[in-house]
Amino acid sequence: MKKIFLLATMVLFALCINAQDAKIAKIDVKDVNGKVVNTGSFSNDGKPYIVCFWATWCHPCLDELNAMAELYSDWREETGVKVYAVSIDDTRTKGKVKTLVNSSEWEYEVVIDENSDFKRAMGVNNPPHTFIVGADGTILWQHAGYAEGDEQNTIAKYKELSNK
Amino acid sequence: MKKIIVLLASVSFVFVHANAQGILGGKVTGNFQTDIQMSKEDKTIGAQKVDEKLLSNTFANILYTNGDFSAGVRFESYLNPILGFDKQYKGSGVPYRFVSYKKDFLEITAGNYYEQFGNGLIFRSYEERNLGLDNAMDGVRVVARPYKGIILKGIIGKQRYYWDDIWQNDNGLVRGIDGEFSLSEMIPSLASSPVSLSLGGSFVSTYEKAGTKYITRNNDNYKLNLPENIGAGAVRFNFGYNAFALSGEFAFKGQDPNAVNNYIYRKGNAQLLTAEYSIKGLGIRLEGKRIDNMSFKSKRTETGNMLNVNYLPSITRNHSYSLMSMYSYATQINGEIGFSADIMYKIPKGTLLGGKYGTSIKLNYSNIHSLDMTPIDGYALFEAGTNGYETDLFSIGEEKYFSEINLEINKKISSNFKMNFMYSYQEFNPIAYGHAGNPMIYAHIAVIDGTYKLAAHQSIKGEIQALFTKQDYDEFAKGNWFQYGAEYNFAGHWFLAASDQWNYGTEQGDKVHYYNVSAGCTFGTTRVSLSYGKQRQGIMCIGGVCREVPASNGMFMTITSSF
Repeated sequence: MKKIFLLATMVLFALCINAQDAKIAKIDVKDVNGKVVNTGSFSNDGKPYIVCFWATWCHPCLDELNAMAELYSDWREETGVKVYAVSIDDTRTKGKVKTLVNSSEWEYEVVIDENSDFKRAMGVNNPPHTFIVGADGTILWQHAGYAEGDEQNTIAKYKELSNK
Repeated sequence: MKKIIVLLASVSFVFVHANAQGILGGKVTGNFQTDIQMSKEDKTIGAQKVDEKLLSNTFANILYTNGDFSAGVRFESYLNPILGFDKQYKGSGVPYRFVSYKKDFLEITAGNYYEQFGNGLIFRSYEERNLGLDNAMDGVRVVARPYKGIILKGIIGKQRYYWDDIWQNDNGLVRGIDGEFSLSEMIPSLASSPVSLSLGGSFVSTYEKAGTKYITRNNDNYKLNLPENIGAGAVRFNFGYNAFALSGEFAFKGQDPNAVNNYIYRKGNAQLLTAEYSIKGLGIRLEGKRIDNMSFKSKRTETGNMLNVNYLPSITRNHSYSLMSMYSYATQINGEIGFSADIMYKIPKGTLLGGKYGTSIKLNYSNIHSLDMTPIDGYALFEAGTNGYETDLFSIGEEKYFSEINLEINKKISSNFKMNFMYSYQEFNPIAYGHAGNPMIYAHIAVIDGTYKLAAHQSIKGEIQALFTKQDYDEFAKGNWFQYGAEYNFAGHWFLAASDQWNYGTEQGDKVHYYNVSAGCTFGTTRVSLSYGKQRQGIMCIGGVCREVPASNGMFMTITSSF
């Protein structure tokens, strides 16, 4: 009985909300130098931007970010895109983030979500997980996982959404 | 349970009411994961009979945000827990719910929350779903940002313990404060300089009723005088100058006789220090860590992975290839000293070795030893009721716990073909798997994989792994392994994979194959995968915390989704 009541309450809870497009969560994360950055301050000169969740120990994540890195300067010129790469490495591996980012010559904005607070707030199950976020912070599109060639989908989607 | 319902009902009421007035909108987001396992008895690999036939774990998060207000719940069910999860998880309910509000410079959270002070040496509340580890706090957290560059935090509450009603049991209370000061932001003249500096400090204490604990020495019983309040403090810094960075944290803990340290009265301490130099194309990093009697739980009789107040991860490399991680090191919380080093370099494109796309090289080394402990005069090492042992800050013990050197090369050969190569040599002390006193395991491990892009959304991947070791004496030391597999990704959404892990030529002459086939798809944020085959008994480790995964033979399905 209690469980039914609980379920009913949860349904009511969900129904009583005016469905609106979800916005990017505003959570404190850190940049690679340890400075606190709020994710609410992510921006791209009035254009949408991409948020990629990754970790130093996640092979598909590195595949995705390396594939995008090769195309990134062309993409930037063509579309003005900006990528925020959010590492969910914790104390064990977060020290490797800056080393890896610099040695890989990535040009992304890199932040570290050390205790997965941002990951939790964005409803991410496992990395990699990619979002396209509008200039006003609205989540326009998201995708979980990475398969070879997915980076092309992401940029195609980005072009489509930024021309709207 | 009643409290949750009342909480949710009142929150719902507030929104219905507010919406009626047209003041508030709101956003609901969330995610979902379910794992379903069916396994049958298989004597060749040691898979036990599963009475329930079908096991499942499910998590669903629902998060509501409206401007500076947010609230959330997590539903979990373990009916019954999949193999390797603690049986105490059996059941379902809402173990996690919270409301949070930001006003001016304050952020207040009531209910459950996760938090970390500094590197977590004295406090970290977190979840690692795939390990069945969750020490969510239940209580209140206040975060204040009174001035640019200053963050102050205060926490109080109790930690989750499976499905226990934590307000009815005797587990300890956890209280703490933390301050972080970014001098680069607070001092305007530093803001434009290449120097960055931040400092931080924290204090955490637990309170648990003393209870009674007797120890026996020379046939006499002694009652221990147990401290009820246990305090811990830590200071940290983070310094950067151009390409150079140095950071560290030093932690101390008061007398805390408990089941993990065999009720010794020695005070604890831990140190973590990292130096780094990185420029475009090159990164060098050195990290040292020392732990001296730092088990810190909110219940002194607890052992295992629950009720940890602090987090002391291993600094060894976190491998994702399965044979590379067969011998994963786990932190020895009663005492260890070690270091790790990384060099990462990208050979520029257009050079002989770099080729058209450049070549990445990563070299990693780690070495962990015991502390050099001297027994207290007249007593054994770690003798209950004494100070346990004596040691110096820089003395390294003779017993090796773990060492590894590994080299990884990532090379893109052409626009549609890339390869990874990795070699590792590991020396592993089974103490990390709870089998102290067994012979060291010396293993050479190599992996090679290649991905070939057939078309825009079609690729094929092949992988070969091999592990060579002479040690073949127990369930956790089973000689040589060979693994091969292939994966086919197609139509942008689908994958098919097959692999075989082969434990060949063991001393008993066993030749065991662990075949596995899997298929799955991803549409947007929904991912479904289904696999069928055998899973070896092993240890699954994330962040230096491990859990045993029993052998299984059968089906495993995972569905994840976000909205």
